Amino acid sequence: MADGHLNAVEGLAPHASRLRTLLLRLVANRSIALGGGLVAIITLLAVFAPLVAPYDPLESNFRARLLPPSAEHWFGTDHFGRDVLSRVIYGGRLSLEIGFLVVLATGIFGTLIGGCAGYFRALDNPVMRLMDAWMAFPAILLAIAVSATLGASVTNVVIALSLATTPHTARIVRASVLVVREMEYVEAARALGARDMRILFVHVLLNSIAPLIVRLTYVFAIAILAEAVLSYIGVGPPPPAPSFGNIIANGRDFMVEAPWVTIFPGVAIFVVVLGLNLLGDGLRDVLDPRMRVER
Amino acid sequence: MLSFVLRRLLSSIPVLILVSLMTFALIWLVPGDPASVFLDASATPEQIENLRRQLGLDQPIWTQMLSWYERVLSGDLGQSILLRRSVADAILERLPITLSLAALALFFAVLFGILLGSLAAVNHQRWGDQSIMALALLGLSIPDFWLGLVLIVVFAVQLGWLPSGGYVPITEDFVGWARSMALPAFTLTVTQIGFIARMTRSAMLDVLRQDYVRTADAKGLSHSFVVLRHALPNALVPILTVTGVIAGGLLGGAVVVEQVFFLPGLGRLIIGAILSRDFPVIQGGLLMLAVIYLVINLIVDLLYALIDPRVRYG
Repeated sequence: MADGHLNAVEGLAPHASRLRTLLLRLVANRSIALGGGLVAIITLLAVFAPLVAPYDPLESNFRARLLPPSAEHWFGTDHFGRDVLSRVIYGGRLSLEIGFLVVLATGIFGTLIGGCAGYFRALDNPVMRLMDAWMAFPAILLAIAVSATLGASVTNVVIALSLATTPHTARIVRASVLVVREMEYVEAARALGARDMRILFVHVLLNSIAPLIVRLTYVFAIAILAEAVLSYIGVGPPPPAPSFGNIIANGRDFMVEAPWVTIFPGVAIFVVVLGLNLLGDGLRDVLDPRMRVER
Repeated sequence: MLSFVLRRLLSSIPVLILVSLMTFALIWLVPGDPASVFLDASATPEQIENLRRQLGLDQPIWTQMLSWYERVLSGDLGQSILLRRSVADAILERLPITLSLAALALFFAVLFGILLGSLAAVNHQRWGDQSIMALALLGLSIPDFWLGLVLIVVFAVQLGWLPSGGYVPITEDFVGWARSMALPAFTLTVTQIGFIARMTRSAMLDVLRQDYVRTADAKGLSHSFVVLRHALPNALVPILTVTGVIAGGLLGGAVVVEQVFFLPGLGRLIIGAILSRDFPVIQGGLLMLAVIYLVINLIVDLLYALIDPRVRYG
């Protein structure tokens, strides 16, 4: 297979062509192409929401309440007569924004915590026991509790979800730091007199980034799903701004006479999460041969 | 084996201490004063002061913490502000519902997950494999509460086959109980089955490549016998590990699914308490779920050591 051939060449190739090889393998991966495509489409729709959405997502029209899908309203209308398609497109904006911020926060804190635990032996045991305790709480319940306690706002939802996804991420970073720390070039850097912080950030963390990228792709998916649950419970981003989750929460009371209000945003979540999961699977196969699931 | 069990038990003590400390600390997250957050704006300073005293918030933090540990260790989780009853009683009353929901989902997810994962591995890279893995991925990507809502509309409202929610105790009416649990358990199973199926597949693929499997094939045993007798038992170890990993997701999922189907379980109790800021119930409920999670993982580790001697001496 082409994959194996590229693999064999990789070890010998100079830096520039190794990067090219990696890019080629990324492009050739079917999961990445499909998942990346789905995520890209939804992201573009969200970014260009004002251009794409046929109606104002907040504009009520009481003469057009709970209309079924039609040529004017592809996804129908909700109980305020708002266009569901436009709300889903704008909702994607908020849901993706939250997902992205959670990925950013989890990436930073997961790396710092996991990196320090893996690199500084004295910190390892206490920090990882703390992570174990943290992970003992069901993540979704932790997020609900934190978001409700801090009060509903986009920032607090991001804080709540990041708190829920950080410990597992830290554990993954630690595991790969433990391996990289023992590499010869790290020892060489230490012998040359590099300081701990430089070794940790430049030599160790940069080389243990692959599992982190894979994990963060899944964190993105988890954040989108969890935001929807928070909104459903009533502790998500506050109305009137639509998010995938709060459109479903609003449609719940009209599930029987107007199922489209609930169905379409759910399908949108499903498509984004499926795309992210595919992307994560593909990235794992290409970037992280150790965790490779047999194809 | 005994020394492994002792070591494993000892190592869970610091985690338990941290878990209880974190539940205790949750109340500090509240912006402002928890007592005035619980009561509305019309509450008199006197009422707030009374509640503060009831929650022990008028005490210095060290005294609060010591009395929290003293109470938790004697099994007393305090009094609910809203329900005006013992938190431990309220939790114990609802726990069986949550645990039976999670156990049902775990049972079916493991049963069908192993079945589907093995089928996929045996049909490696053929259409059967690819369609099973696609299904597993679809299951992993569906929002659980949304699936629950859709199932309610289809099976309860449109077809009228099953109740749309509510709970019938198993002691009263077994058929009624099964009917009330069918949709919630199915919802939870669908979202967890993918993990087990994927793990089973990759574990089976590893094992199927081993020499002893080839030997068994070569000596003329039927392939299905080889798969069931030689391969599957050896693939069970990683599957067991993933079961411990999904325990948290299962409990969290059960909490959300209870909310959708109006099952009066621990999840509904905790979420109700979160929304009404009934702090003793939130703390007690979270502590209970965390302890259950730790116990499940303890059992998984012990089983792991029982099956695989390398773990014991590692």
